[in-house]
Amino acid sequence: MSHDHDHHHHHDGDHSELSETELRVRALETILTEKGYVEPAALDAIIQAYETKIGPHNGARVVAKAWTDPAFKQALLEDGSKAIGTLGHVSRVGDHLVVVENTPQRHNMVVCTLCSCYPWEMLGLPPVWYKASPYRSRAVKDPRGVLADFDVTLPKDMEIRVWDSTAETRFLVLPMRPAGTEGWSEEQLADLVTRDSIIGTGFPKTPGAPS
Amino acid sequence: MNGVHDMGGMDGFGKVEPEPNEPMFHEEWESRVLAMVRAMGAAGAFNIDTSRFYRETLPPHVYLSSSYYKKWFLGLEEMLIEKGYLTRDEVAAGHATTPGKVLKHGKFDLSNVERIMVRGKFARPATATARFNIGDRVRAKNIHPTTHTRLPRYVRGHVGVVELNHGCHVFPDSAAMELGENPQWLYTVVFEGRDLWGADGDPTLKVSIDAFEPYLDPA
Repeated sequence: MSHDHDHHHHHDGDHSELSETELRVRALETILTEKGYVEPAALDAIIQAYETKIGPHNGARVVAKAWTDPAFKQALLEDGSKAIGTLGHVSRVGDHLVVVENTPQRHNMVVCTLCSCYPWEMLGLPPVWYKASPYRSRAVKDPRGVLADFDVTLPKDMEIRVWDSTAETRFLVLPMRPAGTEGWSEEQLADLVTRDSIIGTGFPKTPGAPS
Repeated sequence: MNGVHDMGGMDGFGKVEPEPNEPMFHEEWESRVLAMVRAMGAAGAFNIDTSRFYRETLPPHVYLSSSYYKKWFLGLEEMLIEKGYLTRDEVAAGHATTPGKVLKHGKFDLSNVERIMVRGKFARPATATARFNIGDRVRAKNIHPTTHTRLPRYVRGHVGVVELNHGCHVFPDSAAMELGENPQWLYTVVFEGRDLWGADGDPTLKVSIDAFEPYLDPA
Protein backbone atom coordinates (compact mmCIF):
# COMPACT_ATOMS: atom_id res chain seq x y z
CA MET A 1 0.00 0.00 0.00
CA SER A 2 2.06 2.83 -1.28
CA HIS A 3 0.06 5.51 0.50
CA ASP A 4 1.33 4.13 3.79
CA HIS A 5 4.77 5.27 2.81
CA ASP A 6 3.74 8.62 1.38
CA HIS A 7 5.12 11.20 3.76
CA HIS A 8 3.94 14.19 1.80
CA HIS A 9 0.19 14.05 2.14
CA HIS A 10 0.16 14.76 5.86
CA HIS A 11 0.29 18.42 6.82
CA ASP A 12 -0.01 19.68 10.35
CA GLY A 13 -3.35 21.37 10.88
CA ASP A 14 -4.65 20.15 7.54
CA HIS A 15 -6.89 17.17 8.07
CA SER A 16 -8.66 17.34 4.74
CA GLU A 17 -6.40 14.73 3.23
CA LEU A 18 -6.33 12.09 5.92
CA SER A 19 -5.48 8.72 4.49
CA GLU A 20 -7.86 5.81 4.81
CA THR A 21 -5.49 4.25 7.33
CA GLU A 22 -5.36 7.38 9.47
CA LEU A 23 -9.14 7.55 9.51
CA ARG A 24 -9.44 3.91 10.51
CA VAL A 25 -6.84 4.24 13.27
CA ARG A 26 -8.63 7.30 14.66
CA ALA A 27 -11.96 5.51 14.54
CA LEU A 28 -10.55 2.54 16.46
CA GLU A 29 -9.10 4.80 19.13
CA THR A 30 -12.46 6.57 19.43
CA ILE A 31 -14.26 3.26 19.90
CA LEU A 32 -11.74 1.96 22.45
CA THR A 33 -12.04 5.22 24.38
CA GLU A 34 -15.84 5.36 24.27
CA LYS A 35 -16.04 1.78 25.46
CA GLY A 36 -13.90 2.63 28.45
CA TYR A 37 -10.99 0.36 27.51
CA VAL A 38 -8.26 2.98 27.25
CA GLU A 39 -7.57 6.52 28.34
CA PRO A 40 -6.16 8.62 25.46
CA ALA A 41 -3.76 10.34 27.87
CA ALA A 42 -2.34 6.93 28.75
CA LEU A 43 -1.73 6.24 25.07
CA ASP A 44 0.07 9.59 24.83
CA ALA A 45 2.20 8.57 27.80
CA ILE A 46 3.13 5.24 26.22
CA ILE A 47 4.32 7.00 23.08
CA GLN A 48 6.26 9.54 25.11
CA ALA A 49 7.92 6.77 27.10
CA TYR A 50 9.04 5.04 23.90
CA GLU A 51 10.32 8.30 22.50
CA THR A 52 12.34 9.26 25.56
CA LYS A 53 13.21 6.22 27.70
CA ILE A 54 14.35 3.50 25.36
CA GLY A 55 16.94 3.64 22.63
CA PRO A 56 20.32 2.35 21.49
CA HIS A 57 22.10 4.47 24.11
CA ASN A 58 21.14 1.78 26.66
CA GLY A 59 22.81 -0.95 24.63
CA ALA A 60 25.82 1.24 23.95
CA ARG A 61 26.45 1.76 27.66
CA VAL A 62 26.38 -1.98 28.25
CA VAL A 63 28.87 -2.64 25.44
CA ALA A 64 31.23 0.11 26.59
CA LYS A 65 31.18 -1.22 30.13
CA ALA A 66 31.95 -4.73 28.90
CA TRP A 67 34.93 -3.32 26.99
CA THR A 68 36.37 -1.67 30.10
CA ASP A 69 35.36 -4.03 32.91
CA PRO A 70 36.41 -7.68 32.45
CA ALA A 71 34.39 -8.91 35.44
CA PHE A 72 31.27 -7.25 34.05
CA LYS A 73 31.95 -8.70 30.63
CA GLN A 74 32.19 -12.20 32.07
CA ALA A 75 28.98 -11.74 34.05
CA LEU A 76 27.27 -10.32 30.96
CA LEU A 77 28.15 -13.32 28.83
CA GLU A 78 27.07 -15.71 31.58
CA ASP A 79 23.71 -14.06 32.31
CA GLY A 80 22.87 -10.97 30.28
CA SER A 81 19.68 -10.03 32.12
CA LYS A 82 21.29 -10.32 35.54
CA ALA A 83 24.41 -8.37 34.63
CA ILE A 84 22.49 -5.56 32.91
CA GLY A 85 20.11 -5.49 35.86
CA THR A 86 23.02 -4.44 38.09
CA LEU A 87 23.45 -1.22 36.08
CA GLY A 88 21.06 1.17 37.74
CA HIS A 89 21.32 3.76 34.98
CA VAL A 90 19.87 1.76 32.11
CA SER A 91 16.22 0.91 31.71
CA ARG A 92 14.98 -2.20 33.45
CA VAL A 93 15.16 -5.09 31.05
CA GLY A 94 13.33 -8.05 32.47
CA ASP A 95 14.40 -11.58 31.68
CA HIS A 96 15.79 -13.57 28.81
CA LEU A 97 18.59 -11.38 27.43
CA VAL A 98 21.47 -13.33 25.92
CA VAL A 99 24.69 -11.52 24.99
CA VAL A 100 26.86 -13.08 22.28
CA GLU A 101 30.44 -12.02 21.70
CA ASN A 102 32.09 -11.26 18.39
CA THR A 103 35.66 -12.55 18.17
CA PRO A 104 38.32 -12.59 15.44
CA GLN A 105 36.96 -16.06 14.59
CA ARG A 106 33.22 -15.47 14.77
CA HIS A 107 30.72 -12.77 13.82
CA ASN A 108 27.19 -12.83 15.25
CA MET A 109 24.04 -11.42 13.68
CA VAL A 110 20.47 -11.31 15.02
CA VAL A 111 17.21 -11.64 13.11
CA CYS A 112 13.58 -12.55 13.67
CA THR A 113 12.41 -14.41 10.58
CA LEU A 114 8.86 -14.94 11.88
CA CYS A 115 7.99 -11.41 12.99
CA SER A 116 10.10 -8.64 14.50
CA CYS A 117 11.46 -9.75 17.88
CA TYR A 118 14.12 -7.29 18.98
CA PRO A 119 15.63 -6.14 22.30
CA TRP A 120 13.45 -2.99 22.61
CA GLU A 121 14.65 -2.11 26.10
CA MET A 122 18.27 -2.06 24.99
CA LEU A 123 18.00 -0.75 21.42
CA GLY A 124 14.65 1.04 21.17
CA LEU A 125 12.04 0.21 18.55
CA PRO A 126 13.47 -1.72 15.59
CA PRO A 127 14.22 0.08 12.33
CA VAL A 128 11.95 -0.60 9.34
CA TRP A 129 14.57 -2.72 7.56
CA TYR A 130 14.81 -5.12 10.53
CA LYS A 131 11.04 -5.77 10.30
CA ALA A 132 10.89 -5.93 6.50
CA SER A 133 10.88 -8.98 4.21
CA PRO A 134 14.35 -8.58 2.60
CA TYR A 135 16.21 -8.83 5.92
CA ARG A 136 13.93 -11.44 7.49
CA SER A 137 14.09 -13.72 4.44
CA ARG A 138 17.81 -13.50 3.63
CA ALA A 139 19.59 -13.16 6.98
CA VAL A 140 19.47 -16.90 7.73
CA LYS A 141 20.46 -18.04 4.23
CA ASP A 142 22.76 -15.38 2.83
CA PRO A 143 24.02 -13.26 5.72
CA ARG A 144 27.10 -12.15 3.82
CA GLY A 145 24.85 -10.84 1.05
CA VAL A 146 22.80 -8.98 3.64
CA LEU A 147 25.96 -7.53 5.19
CA ALA A 148 27.03 -6.33 1.74
CA ASP A 149 23.83 -4.23 1.69
CA PHE A 150 25.28 -2.53 4.79
CA ASP A 151 28.71 -2.19 3.14
CA VAL A 152 30.08 -4.70 5.65
CA THR A 153 32.52 -7.38 4.55
CA LEU A 154 33.80 -10.18 6.77
CA PRO A 155 36.96 -12.21 6.21
CA LYS A 156 36.19 -15.23 4.01
CA ASP A 157 36.98 -17.81 6.65
CA MET A 158 35.26 -16.12 9.58
CA GLU A 159 32.39 -18.13 11.04
CA ILE A 160 29.10 -16.30 10.85
CA ARG A 161 26.46 -17.18 13.38
CA VAL A 162 22.89 -16.03 12.86
CA TRP A 163 20.54 -16.06 15.87
CA ASP A 164 16.91 -16.34 14.82
CA SER A 165 14.80 -14.91 17.68
CA THR A 166 11.99 -17.44 17.56
CA ALA A 167 11.04 -17.31 21.27
CA GLU A 168 11.01 -14.61 23.96
CA THR A 169 14.78 -14.76 24.30
CA ARG A 170 16.44 -11.58 23.03
CA PHE A 171 19.98 -11.36 21.70
CA LEU A 172 22.56 -8.59 21.89
CA VAL A 173 25.82 -8.78 19.99
CA LEU A 174 28.90 -7.65 21.89
CA PRO A 175 31.07 -6.24 19.11
CA MET A 176 34.86 -6.21 19.25
CA ARG A 177 36.43 -3.11 20.75
CA PRO A 178 37.95 -0.94 18.04
CA ALA A 179 41.74 -0.70 17.91
CA GLY A 180 43.31 2.58 18.96
CA THR A 181 40.99 3.11 21.95
CA GLU A 182 43.44 2.14 24.69
CA GLY A 183 42.81 4.19 27.82
CA TRP A 184 39.47 5.54 26.59
CA SER A 185 36.75 6.09 29.17
CA GLU A 186 33.48 4.18 29.15
CA GLU A 187 31.68 7.36 28.01
CA GLN A 188 34.08 7.90 25.10
CA LEU A 189 33.74 4.27 24.05
CA ALA A 190 29.94 4.36 24.24
CA ASP A 191 29.97 7.04 21.53
CA LEU A 192 31.59 4.54 19.16
CA VAL A 193 28.93 1.88 19.64
CA THR A 194 26.27 1.88 16.95
CA ARG A 195 22.86 0.24 17.01
CA ASP A 196 23.76 -1.87 13.99
CA SER A 197 26.92 -3.14 15.70
CA ILE A 198 24.70 -4.60 18.46
CA ILE A 199 22.39 -6.24 15.89
CA GLY A 200 25.44 -7.55 14.03
CA THR A 201 24.88 -5.70 10.76
CA GLY A 202 27.66 -3.22 11.40
CA PHE A 203 30.84 -2.50 13.31
CA PRO A 204 31.48 0.13 15.97
CA LYS A 205 32.83 3.43 14.69
CA THR A 206 36.60 3.68 14.60
CA PRO A 207 38.43 6.46 16.42
CA GLY A 208 38.84 9.55 14.31
CA ALA A 209 36.53 8.37 11.54
CA PRO A 210 33.73 10.71 10.56
CA SER A 211 30.50 9.62 12.28
CA MET B 1 0.74 -22.09 10.12
CA ASN B 2 2.68 -22.18 6.88
CA GLY B 3 2.10 -18.49 6.16
CA VAL B 4 4.08 -15.88 4.29
CA HIS B 5 5.25 -14.52 7.64
CA ASP B 6 7.53 -17.57 7.89
CA MET B 7 9.97 -16.13 5.38
CA GLY B 8 13.39 -17.39 6.46
CA GLY B 9 15.21 -18.54 3.33
CA MET B 10 12.76 -17.10 0.79
CA ASP B 11 14.23 -15.39 -2.27
CA GLY B 12 13.14 -12.40 -4.29
CA PHE B 13 12.47 -9.70 -1.70
CA GLY B 14 15.41 -7.64 -2.86
CA LYS B 15 18.02 -5.63 -1.04
CA VAL B 16 17.93 -4.56 2.58
CA GLU B 17 17.49 -0.81 2.60
CA PRO B 18 18.82 0.91 5.71
CA GLU B 19 17.40 4.40 6.15
CA PRO B 20 19.85 7.00 7.48
CA ASN B 21 18.54 8.89 10.51
CA GLU B 22 15.35 6.89 10.51
CA PRO B 23 12.59 8.49 12.60
CA MET B 24 10.95 6.40 15.33
CA PHE B 25 7.61 6.74 13.50
CA HIS B 26 7.05 7.70 9.86
CA GLU B 27 3.43 8.73 10.44
CA GLU B 28 1.70 9.86 13.61
CA TRP B 29 -0.92 7.09 13.35
CA GLU B 30 1.82 4.47 13.67
CA SER B 31 2.50 5.63 17.21
CA ARG B 32 -1.22 5.43 18.07
CA VAL B 33 -1.35 1.85 16.78
CA LEU B 34 1.69 0.86 18.83
CA ALA B 35 0.14 2.44 21.94
CA MET B 36 -3.26 0.78 21.39
CA VAL B 37 -1.69 -2.65 20.95
CA ARG B 38 0.39 -2.27 24.10
CA ALA B 39 -2.52 -0.86 26.09
CA MET B 40 -5.11 -3.47 25.09
CA GLY B 41 -2.61 -6.26 25.63
CA ALA B 42 -1.76 -4.94 29.09
CA ALA B 43 -5.47 -4.61 29.88
CA GLY B 44 -5.78 -8.33 29.24
CA ALA B 45 -7.64 -8.37 25.91
CA PHE B 46 -5.05 -10.73 24.40
CA ASN B 47 -1.58 -12.14 24.93
CA ILE B 48 1.48 -11.52 22.75
CA ASP B 49 1.19 -14.88 20.98
CA THR B 50 -2.44 -14.33 20.03
CA SER B 51 -1.58 -10.90 18.64
CA ARG B 52 1.18 -12.47 16.51
CA PHE B 53 -1.23 -15.11 15.24
CA TYR B 54 -3.71 -12.45 14.08
CA ARG B 55 -0.99 -10.75 12.05
CA GLU B 56 0.04 -14.07 10.53
CA THR B 57 -3.52 -14.84 9.47
CA LEU B 58 -3.84 -11.68 7.39
CA PRO B 59 -4.29 -12.71 3.74
CA PRO B 60 -0.84 -13.21 2.18
CA HIS B 61 -1.22 -10.34 -0.29
CA VAL B 62 -2.26 -8.02 2.52
CA TYR B 63 0.59 -9.17 4.76
CA LEU B 64 3.20 -8.60 2.08
CA SER B 65 1.90 -5.25 0.85
CA SER B 66 1.18 -3.62 4.21
CA SER B 67 3.65 -1.61 6.22
CA TYR B 68 4.62 -2.95 9.64
CA TYR B 69 2.24 -0.82 11.68
CA LYS B 70 -0.55 -1.34 9.12
CA LYS B 71 -0.24 -5.06 9.85
CA TRP B 72 -0.37 -4.31 13.55
CA PHE B 73 -3.51 -2.24 13.03
CA LEU B 74 -5.29 -4.81 10.86
CA GLY B 75 -4.41 -7.63 13.26
CA LEU B 76 -5.54 -5.59 16.28
CA GLU B 77 -8.88 -4.59 14.79
CA GLU B 78 -9.77 -8.13 13.68
CA MET B 79 -8.65 -9.65 16.98
CA LEU B 80 -10.71 -7.22 19.06
CA ILE B 81 -13.77 -7.93 16.92
CA GLU B 82 -13.37 -11.69 17.12
CA LYS B 83 -12.77 -11.60 20.87
CA GLY B 84 -15.95 -9.58 21.33
CA TYR B 85 -14.43 -6.28 22.45
CA LEU B 86 -16.11 -4.38 19.62
CA THR B 87 -18.35 -5.08 16.66
CA ARG B 88 -18.07 -4.69 12.90
CA ASP B 89 -20.98 -2.26 13.04
CA GLU B 90 -19.05 -0.09 15.48
CA VAL B 91 -15.98 -0.15 13.24
CA ALA B 92 -18.15 0.89 10.29
CA ALA B 93 -19.80 3.66 12.33
CA GLY B 94 -16.56 4.84 13.91
CA HIS B 95 -18.26 4.99 17.31
CA ALA B 96 -19.18 2.69 20.15
CA THR B 97 -22.85 1.69 20.12
CA THR B 98 -22.78 -0.92 22.89
CA PRO B 99 -21.17 -0.95 26.35
CA GLY B 100 -17.63 -2.33 26.66
CA LYS B 101 -16.77 -5.85 27.73
CA VAL B 102 -15.01 -6.34 31.06
CA LEU B 103 -11.22 -6.40 30.64
CA LYS B 104 -9.24 -8.90 32.72
CA HIS B 105 -6.91 -6.22 34.07
CA GLY B 106 -9.31 -3.28 33.84
CA LYS B 107 -9.21 -0.05 31.90
CA PHE B 108 -5.76 1.01 30.69
CA ASP B 109 -5.13 4.36 32.35
CA LEU B 110 -2.09 6.45 33.24
CA SER B 111 -1.29 4.35 36.30
CA ASN B 112 -0.54 1.38 34.02
CA VAL B 113 2.01 3.01 31.73
CA GLU B 114 5.12 2.32 33.78
CA ARG B 115 4.52 -1.40 34.11
CA ILE B 116 4.34 -1.97 30.35
CA MET B 117 7.75 -0.41 29.84
CA VAL B 118 9.30 -3.36 31.67
CA ARG B 119 9.54 -6.49 29.63
CA GLY B 120 7.23 -9.30 30.63
CA LYS B 121 8.47 -12.55 32.12
CA PHE B 122 7.89 -15.74 30.18
CA ALA B 123 9.84 -18.24 32.32
CA ARG B 124 7.72 -20.67 34.32
CA PRO B 125 8.49 -23.38 36.90
CA ALA B 126 9.39 -26.73 35.36
CA THR B 127 6.74 -29.43 35.50
CA ALA B 128 9.02 -32.18 34.18
CA THR B 129 12.75 -32.73 33.75
CA ALA B 130 14.38 -31.54 30.54
CA ARG B 131 14.48 -34.21 27.86
CA PHE B 132 17.65 -32.88 26.21
CA ASN B 133 21.10 -31.92 27.44
CA ILE B 134 23.56 -29.39 26.08
CA GLY B 135 25.42 -31.04 23.19
CA ASP B 136 22.60 -33.45 22.27
CA ARG B 137 21.81 -33.91 18.59
CA VAL B 138 18.17 -33.22 17.90
CA ARG B 139 15.97 -33.23 14.81
CA ALA B 140 13.39 -30.47 14.32
CA LYS B 141 10.12 -32.25 13.75
CA ASN B 142 8.53 -32.23 10.33
CA ILE B 143 5.26 -30.74 11.55
CA HIS B 144 2.88 -28.35 9.83
CA PRO B 145 0.36 -27.09 12.33
CA THR B 146 -2.28 -24.82 10.78
CA THR B 147 -2.34 -22.78 13.98
CA HIS B 148 0.40 -20.61 15.53
CA THR B 149 3.87 -22.07 15.93
CA ARG B 150 7.36 -20.67 16.40
CA LEU B 151 9.11 -23.49 14.57
CA PRO B 152 10.18 -21.96 11.25
CA ARG B 153 9.80 -24.08 8.12
CA TYR B 154 13.45 -23.78 7.11
CA VAL B 155 14.66 -25.99 9.99
CA ARG B 156 11.95 -28.65 9.92
CA GLY B 157 13.37 -32.13 9.38
CA HIS B 158 16.95 -30.94 9.96
CA VAL B 159 19.38 -32.05 12.65
CA GLY B 160 21.04 -29.56 14.97
CA VAL B 161 22.82 -29.47 18.31
CA VAL B 162 21.42 -28.21 21.62
CA GLU B 163 23.61 -25.30 22.71
CA LEU B 164 21.69 -23.51 25.49
CA ASN B 165 18.87 -24.42 27.84
CA HIS B 166 16.76 -21.37 28.76
CA GLY B 167 14.49 -23.17 31.24
CA CYS B 168 10.74 -23.60 30.89
CA HIS B 169 8.81 -20.87 29.07
CA VAL B 170 5.23 -20.18 28.07
CA PHE B 171 4.51 -22.31 24.99
CA PRO B 172 3.37 -19.95 22.21
CA ASP B 173 1.59 -22.70 20.25
CA SER B 174 -0.81 -23.15 23.18
CA ALA B 175 -0.97 -19.57 24.42
CA ALA B 176 -1.80 -18.14 20.99
CA MET B 177 -4.88 -20.34 20.76
CA GLU B 178 -5.88 -19.42 24.35
CA LEU B 179 -5.29 -22.99 25.49
CA GLY B 180 -3.21 -21.98 28.50
CA GLU B 181 0.50 -21.37 29.04
CA ASN B 182 1.47 -25.06 28.90
CA PRO B 183 5.15 -24.26 29.78
CA GLN B 184 7.83 -26.19 27.89
CA TRP B 185 11.61 -26.42 28.01
CA LEU B 186 13.24 -23.96 25.64
CA TYR B 187 16.61 -24.60 23.96
CA THR B 188 18.87 -22.80 21.53
CA VAL B 189 19.52 -25.33 18.76
CA VAL B 190 22.25 -24.61 16.22
CA PHE B 191 22.28 -25.91 12.64
CA GLU B 192 25.06 -26.00 10.05
CA GLY B 193 24.27 -23.66 7.17
CA ARG B 194 24.93 -26.40 4.63
CA ASP B 195 22.53 -28.78 6.38
CA LEU B 196 19.82 -26.19 5.88
CA TRP B 197 20.70 -24.81 2.45
CA GLY B 198 22.54 -27.62 0.74
CA ALA B 199 26.04 -28.02 -0.61
CA ASP B 200 25.99 -24.55 -2.18
CA GLY B 201 25.27 -22.94 1.17
CA ASP B 202 27.79 -20.70 2.92
CA PRO B 203 30.27 -23.12 4.60
CA THR B 204 31.02 -20.60 7.35
CA LEU B 205 27.36 -20.20 8.35
CA LYS B 206 25.66 -21.55 11.46
CA VAL B 207 22.05 -20.65 12.26
CA SER B 208 20.28 -21.12 15.56
CA ILE B 209 16.66 -20.97 16.57
CA ASP B 210 15.12 -21.11 20.02
CA ALA B 211 13.13 -24.32 20.00
CA PHE B 212 10.54 -25.52 22.47
CA GLU B 213 10.91 -29.16 23.49
CA PRO B 214 7.77 -30.35 21.62
CA TYR B 215 9.43 -29.19 18.38
CA LEU B 216 12.31 -31.65 18.81
CA ASP B 217 13.07 -35.36 18.52
CA PRO B 218 16.35 -37.05 19.52
CA ALA B 219 18.63 -37.59 16.52
